Amino acid sequence: MFGILAERLRQGHRTISYPQGSPQLPDRFRGLPVLDSTKCPDGCQICADACPTDAILCDDKSLRLDLGRCLFCTECTAACPAGAISYSQDYRLATRSRDDLITDGRALELARALDEKTRRLFGRSLKLRQVSAGGCNGCEADVNVLSTVVFDLGRFGIQFVASPRHADGLLITGPVTNNMKFALAQAYEATPSPKIVIAVGACAISGGPYINHDEVHNGADGVVPVDLYIPGCPPHPLTILDGLLRLLGRLEESPTGAPQSPR
Amino acid sequence: MTTAHTQLSRIPHADAVRLDDVPRIEIDSFRAVILDEVAGGCRISALFGVPQNLQTVRLYAVLTHAATSTLALVSCDVQDSYPALTPDCPQAHWFEREIAEQWGVVPRGHPWLKPIRFHHSYRPGHDAWSRAVGSTILPSVTDFFRVEGQEVHEVAVGPVHAGVIEPGHFRFQCHGERVFHLEISLGFQHRGVERSLVGGPNKRTIHTMETLSGDTSVGHATAYCQAIESLANCQTPLRAQVLRGIALELERLANHTGDLGALAGDVGFLPTMSYCGRLRGDFLNATALVCGSRFGRSLVRPGGVAWDVDKPRIEQLSSRLRSALDSVDGAAKLLWDSRSVQARFEDTGRISQEVSTALGLVGPSARCTGIDNDVRHDFPSGIFRFTLIPPSTWHTGDVFARAYIRWMEIQRSGRFILEQLDAMPAGAVRAETGPLAPNSLCVSLVEGWRGEICHVVITGSAGEFAHYKVVDPSFHNWIGLAMSLRDQQISDFPLCNKSFNLSYCGHDL
Repeated sequence: MFGILAERLRQGHRTISYPQGSPQLPDRFRGLPVLDSTKCPDGCQICADACPTDAILCDDKSLRLDLGRCLFCTECTAACPAGAISYSQDYRLATRSRDDLITDGRALELARALDEKTRRLFGRSLKLRQVSAGGCNGCEADVNVLSTVVFDLGRFGIQFVASPRHADGLLITGPVTNNMKFALAQAYEATPSPKIVIAVGACAISGGPYINHDEVHNGADGVVPVDLYIPGCPPHPLTILDGLLRLLGRLEESPTGAPQSPR
Repeated sequence: MTTAHTQLSRIPHADAVRLDDVPRIEIDSFRAVILDEVAGGCRISALFGVPQNLQTVRLYAVLTHAATSTLALVSCDVQDSYPALTPDCPQAHWFEREIAEQWGVVPRGHPWLKPIRFHHSYRPGHDAWSRAVGSTILPSVTDFFRVEGQEVHEVAVGPVHAGVIEPGHFRFQCHGERVFHLEISLGFQHRGVERSLVGGPNKRTIHTMETLSGDTSVGHATAYCQAIESLANCQTPLRAQVLRGIALELERLANHTGDLGALAGDVGFLPTMSYCGRLRGDFLNATALVCGSRFGRSLVRPGGVAWDVDKPRIEQLSSRLRSALDSVDGAAKLLWDSRSVQARFEDTGRISQEVSTALGLVGPSARCTGIDNDVRHDFPSGIFRFTLIPPSTWHTGDVFARAYIRWMEIQRSGRFILEQLDAMPAGAVRAETGPLAPNSLCVSLVEGWRGEICHVVITGSAGEFAHYKVVDPSFHNWIGLAMSLRDQQISDFPLCNKSFNLSYCGHDL
């Protein structure tokens, strides 16, 4: 007993101050890609050719990147001879529409909050059922981590529940395999309305590294309607948390773009 | 025909061999060789089919002999069926079901021939269960082992089951709270990994490796890169080998620490659950300090690694690790000092060494029964050729043993990483990889945190992947979980399940 208490003191308080303070990310963390098409040599396609998921489109001196397909790997940045693509430390990536994930280097249209009525229902208490539909356990692991003392998801009123019948929505990972399509549709059906759907990770948004395999459906939105897209492979836990809080209207942007206190 | 033994050559692991040099023998000898070798202490690390033409499928067996650090390869051509190995060699059971499902080759006399992933045969017109081409195949819609009797009831769980977890289907045959039998049916995560690799390597291949079981990105990427380097006759720089070893052990630290926390959570012991949940993240963040990704994505690459570490980074890594290891020490010791935890861990989910050996279990799931198999020790590659991490074993085969082995491995991996960081060799971290040797075969083994990862690459006439076989440790170990539930309370399933913590997608591919 005393041993347990002594260890409790030694382990200390570990919950991060986010969203009050600015979060700590490793210097090599790959957040929102920065595109600068002015650096592109004429007719150059090297980055697009190098991209494992064909997420990059370059034509006529314009450079666009589909964050829904992006694995945040280093193939394009390593291949580009002109340094036209680099990664920023910006972990805020979640959007409400699939099209908003296609960036040309301008600021991302980050996820708007749910409408007032839905927000009144879910804003202070959101129960989610997680459905892995071919996920590799990367996204699942970094969703799971939100429930640890570090992120303490419970303090925002968000919780993962065991049954879709007890849930306000689904959080989906994986490219949606043929063998999970029926179970996913059933889980959606079993979730009482009104309900929301969150697609987490490149697989759930576009199929990710498994795009166009015969065995998958290239993501969740061909099977169920998606309300929030959180890109990454896997997304950092803060990217996921940021997306969830934005959806619930619990983050206010300061003019500098840094997160401020929750509402 | 000469006897089987004269035809069998033993090779070191991760050496590419010419396809023509792999002995091809008749099915009777093929069976005899496998049975003999397994009786002589070999494990079947891989057993799979490769289509040759419309009629013929070539079976390859990779037999690993830990005591001599060698492996033997043998092959045999079959058509629509052959006499099954499983009745005489239980560890072939899952491989033979896979062969039946992928190629429509029936292992005659297999005692429980069912699909393992629920997809159509890759040889249209050849189906082990005579299903029509284009018919609908629903996952887990199949016969299940049933215990009959008035007081016997069946509990079915999944695919969508409690927690943030991958999908699988579990059927328990129960008498009251007591489990007579558990059958596990998977395949929900099947993404067509192996099929997509044929014709490669291409720009997507390494990303498939890093996500085929996403919590083992470094393990599978290393297995893949070792095979590529062997086929390309590429010398990986020593510094790269050290960085790969560090990343592999960080992966083990993160997952083992997370598992200790989850095991604590499953018996309601919240202190260790909370601490380890946080500390797992510290190890993931240490990996991110090296390469920007918590899961080691974009780190291991053919020819070496994509990121180097300078002195300040090494120092930061080292000091963070010391602090995290110190905290894990305190968190883990609470488990061993708490009688309420020990009462739940001890004698729960016990498997015997006989069962573990017969079924060919790997990793902590085998070492918990006193078997000292560990690829880092038995088939060392990379930095493990120069630095020994002794295998950690325990003898009781229960949840406690599987937990305690994780704890021993955490300490040894931690020490290994700190030693390596203190004495990093200088030099480059990546070498060029040239073209792959054509018409060759390479077996690559890595001790992932769950156990033996085996990749077998077969190249065609232009050096392209003619076949790519992945055996995740979970492929061997799911049956171990099923066996551990025999005669247990059904309420102990979550605890037993966590003590194995197997990969669904690594199995389903």
